[in-house]
Amino acid sequence: MMQLIGSVSVGLILSLLALGVLISFRILAFRDLTVEGSIALGGAVAGTLLVSGWNPWLATFLAFLAGACAGTVTGILTTRLQINGLLAGILVMTALYSVNLRVMNRSNLPLFKEQTVVSMAQKAVSPDLKWTIGRWDIPVQEVLVVILVLAIIGLVSGIMYAFFKTNLGLAMRATGDNEQMIRALGVEVGWMLTFGLALSNGLVALSGALLVQYQGYADVQMGLGMVVWGLASVIIGESLVNSRQIGMLVVGTIMGSILFRLLVAIALRWGLNPNDLKLVTAVFVLIALVAPNAIDVARRKLSSLGKA
Amino acid sequence: MLDIENIKKTFHAGTPNEVRALQGVDLKIDDGSFVIVIGTNGSGKSTLLNAVAGSFIVDSGRIRLKGEDVTNWPEHRRAKYIGRVFQNPFTGTAPSLTIAENLALAAHRGRARGLGWALSPSTKTEMYERVRSMGLGLEDRLGNAIGSLSGGQRQSLTLLMAGLIKPDLLLLDEHTAALDPKSADQVIRLTEEVIRRDKLTTMMVTHSMQQAANLGDRLIMMVRGRIIHDFQGAEKRRLSPEDLLDRFEQVRRSDLLDETAASMLERQYV
Repeated sequence: MMQLIGSVSVGLILSLLALGVLISFRILAFRDLTVEGSIALGGAVAGTLLVSGWNPWLATFLAFLAGACAGTVTGILTTRLQINGLLAGILVMTALYSVNLRVMNRSNLPLFKEQTVVSMAQKAVSPDLKWTIGRWDIPVQEVLVVILVLAIIGLVSGIMYAFFKTNLGLAMRATGDNEQMIRALGVEVGWMLTFGLALSNGLVALSGALLVQYQGYADVQMGLGMVVWGLASVIIGESLVNSRQIGMLVVGTIMGSILFRLLVAIALRWGLNPNDLKLVTAVFVLIALVAPNAIDVARRKLSSLGKA
Repeated sequence: MLDIENIKKTFHAGTPNEVRALQGVDLKIDDGSFVIVIGTNGSGKSTLLNAVAGSFIVDSGRIRLKGEDVTNWPEHRRAKYIGRVFQNPFTGTAPSLTIAENLALAAHRGRARGLGWALSPSTKTEMYERVRSMGLGLEDRLGNAIGSLSGGQRQSLTLLMAGLIKPDLLLLDEHTAALDPKSADQVIRLTEEVIRRDKLTTMMVTHSMQQAANLGDRLIMMVRGRIIHDFQGAEKRRLSPEDLLDRFEQVRRSDLLDETAASMLERQYV
């Protein structure tokens, strides 16, 4: 039960990463690999500031801004310097590895007694306070953490949804949907893409900042495989809501992230070797990408067989 | 309104694929005139429209629009003055956005886009009326994704979008060529209506000699990146589709006589 609640918390925190991936991969149709660096950047910035005694909320917000800067750099590389989008992301991701080491001054930064957003919520009640449901004793502290994270995700996704309903947000969605059309309507596509990448990586870094505060340490390796992780959440989310409406996509992505995290927890529980986790995730995404096409082809073959 | 002075454009210069698409085009268009542009394949008629729209920057020459020198303006900046409908019905609309959202995008053509709601109740009512006035029965489907509509419906909506804020110049690039005859007729009827109602200055490229003869108050014919005929006023009104075909035949014959030109054409287009 404890693990279940933990999975929900992590799933919720990583849903911010998934929302970032939703913006870059789906809304802007831009394959952005900066994500792997910017989630660790968010963690590094927040962790370092917390160790230096900064206010946790301020540290978390500055982590968001740091991620937005990383996204801006990728945007400028690809729109102003005409570098291929994939390569621009790889360049920034690679550079961020060194930046993150510089920020933290080491590869792993533990948070011991530092006040964090998570610890602030936990301190509201005593650690001994339990909530008994059936045969489970759930520490109320853990429940408070879930509520806190849920509130943050609700706020952020609400703002995101509202933004995509404004004139500016609508222009951003159109940029990924039909670039030629939106240019003919007077939008500078390069600027819009850069802005979108800033937003996307800001969310990813925010996710990293919260993850660090939840798990109690920042690590320079924490970004590894996170693009695929986010993509898996988005794909699951899309199949859950089966809609192209922006509100449904946002809700679906959050649900997808939680569900994916739960699936992983269950698989690990059943004895999946943690070393195989990234391989399994990659295969899962591959299947999710290929299956709809393969099913289509198979169906057409079957129906043509039926005619012959 | 529009003043084009000796513009030239060569694509892939210095390679075997070099195409001299515009070879010195001069054109002045008055406020409120409706200019039809015809020409053989690869004659540069679409290139001329794209040069005006700013899809690329011309190699030399000047383009003035409403008295402003826009020669070096990027496409998105010229959008303030120009409404466009493309040949491909898919180019003019964003498929995964709804009809209403597409219209909201067009309602801000060339203007600042801020954090105001894109679809306020008052804009929704106005859009409902606008779409209803087209008479396609789409007004009750404003919440549907545009990608679910037919090419003809999408092209009609693109036309409505191009004129939503009155453009100083309307560019139509063979906008009925990809449609079935019935939809094409409908779009042409709508085109005439919009242009007449708002007295729009228009440039329209077409392949249809019928459209070329029936529409517009001026007709230019392009061959190999140059304007070779310019019919205006009574002369334009007298033109029939047969006359236009004759002109094309003359072009073809003069090409046969001119061996160098013929071999050049062959290199470029065959």
